[in-house]
Amino acid sequence: MNFGKIIKNGLFAENPTFRLVLGMCPTLAVSTAAVNGIGMGLAATAVLIGSNVLISLLRNVIPSEVRIPAYVVVIASFVTIVDKLMAAYIPGLHSVLGIFIPLIVVNCIILARAEAFASKQTVGKAFADGLGMGLGFTLALTCIGAIRELFGTGNLMVAKDFGFDGFASWLSAGVANALKEVSALIMILPPGAFITLGLVLGFINWLSNRKEAKQ
Amino acid sequence: MIDILVIIFGAILVNNFVLAQFLGICPFLGVSKQVETAIGMGFAVTFVMALASGLTYGVQKILDFYHLEVLQTLTYILVIAVLVQFVEMVLKKTSPGLYQSLGIYLPLITTNCAVLGVTLINFNNHYNFLSSIINGTAAALGFTLAIVLFAGIRERMANAPIPKSLQGFPIALLTAGLLSIAFLGFSGLNLKAFFEYFANFNWSDYQAYISQLF
Repeated sequence: MNFGKIIKNGLFAENPTFRLVLGMCPTLAVSTAAVNGIGMGLAATAVLIGSNVLISLLRNVIPSEVRIPAYVVVIASFVTIVDKLMAAYIPGLHSVLGIFIPLIVVNCIILARAEAFASKQTVGKAFADGLGMGLGFTLALTCIGAIRELFGTGNLMVAKDFGFDGFASWLSAGVANALKEVSALIMILPPGAFITLGLVLGFINWLSNRKEAKQ
Repeated sequence: MIDILVIIFGAILVNNFVLAQFLGICPFLGVSKQVETAIGMGFAVTFVMALASGLTYGVQKILDFYHLEVLQTLTYILVIAVLVQFVEMVLKKTSPGLYQSLGIYLPLITTNCAVLGVTLINFNNHYNFLSSIINGTAAALGFTLAIVLFAGIRERMANAPIPKSLQGFPIALLTAGLLSIAFLGFSGLNLKAFFEYFANFNWSDYQAYISQLF
């Protein structure tokens, strides 16, 4: 399997959120806005790449009896690094994501990839797998975040820090107001997370069922 | 006393771990097909969360003493992993019956983010030893309440005609969404004011008022 294929596999065929249904807690909790989804996804990607590479390097050193505690220590170290870096350089996003950054330690995606992939593959492949899975997770979080943000606030990607006012500023005032009118606050409240993810998963199942029926 | 009541009811109802804070979603979706196993899981988690809250409070004191705060996440997860293993061993020796019924779910508790989550929340809220344990227990009871209610609904749904695309996770998530709407009713409840009102309620004035009416 070449690297491009491994990355594509993580993004689509084995997307951690939509296909493997792993790491539900951060997916539901931080997807109130597309920006939060990108931030959380990239933080998890950094941890995933780091832990995959290190575990792949140490795969012949770690005895198999104590591999799970060893993986947890490796993952927790990378999570601490990412946590402190985010607290120092992007404190705004860090405070929005809150305890879900240290909780990347118990994100099943990372331990699952360490166990199922990195501990058996070469460093290069483990890196590609970490990148692919991480980007797949980021893609899923951003999609769900964007849906919830759009239906919850009537606007998208309000990233004031980057000097971007959201796409509603490109629309005419009438359309933007109409979007605000139909938006429902419940979408960015906790129930909206469950309902959005449920409907998105249902939609993806429907698409793949239809594809199967055609073949 | 009021502070303790606020912590208990806040953790169970207002900030329910599963339905409002999204902690412990994996067991909530995974181990909720039957009410009985849901109850077992709930109590195993309660036990571990109460112990973990107390233990990490002590561990945090040691970390503070040596100025090793940076190792917080790493130490907490190791403490929890050891604790779960320990609970598993004790249960195996003392009550094989309970161990049998919980067996498969016990190791899963290590990666339950509710356990690590509650210890971090205790730390962030500067709870003392007693409040930490109470918050841990109450949050776990909130988790148990949510998972048992959810399992009850899912048992009923087992025979319902569900569209093919929605079977499995999607319908479970939609159901959890409806349950979460019910718990949304508690959000914003000012528990402190609520309990203070009852604590400061003047019964003699109230009786005088009632006797005036008749």
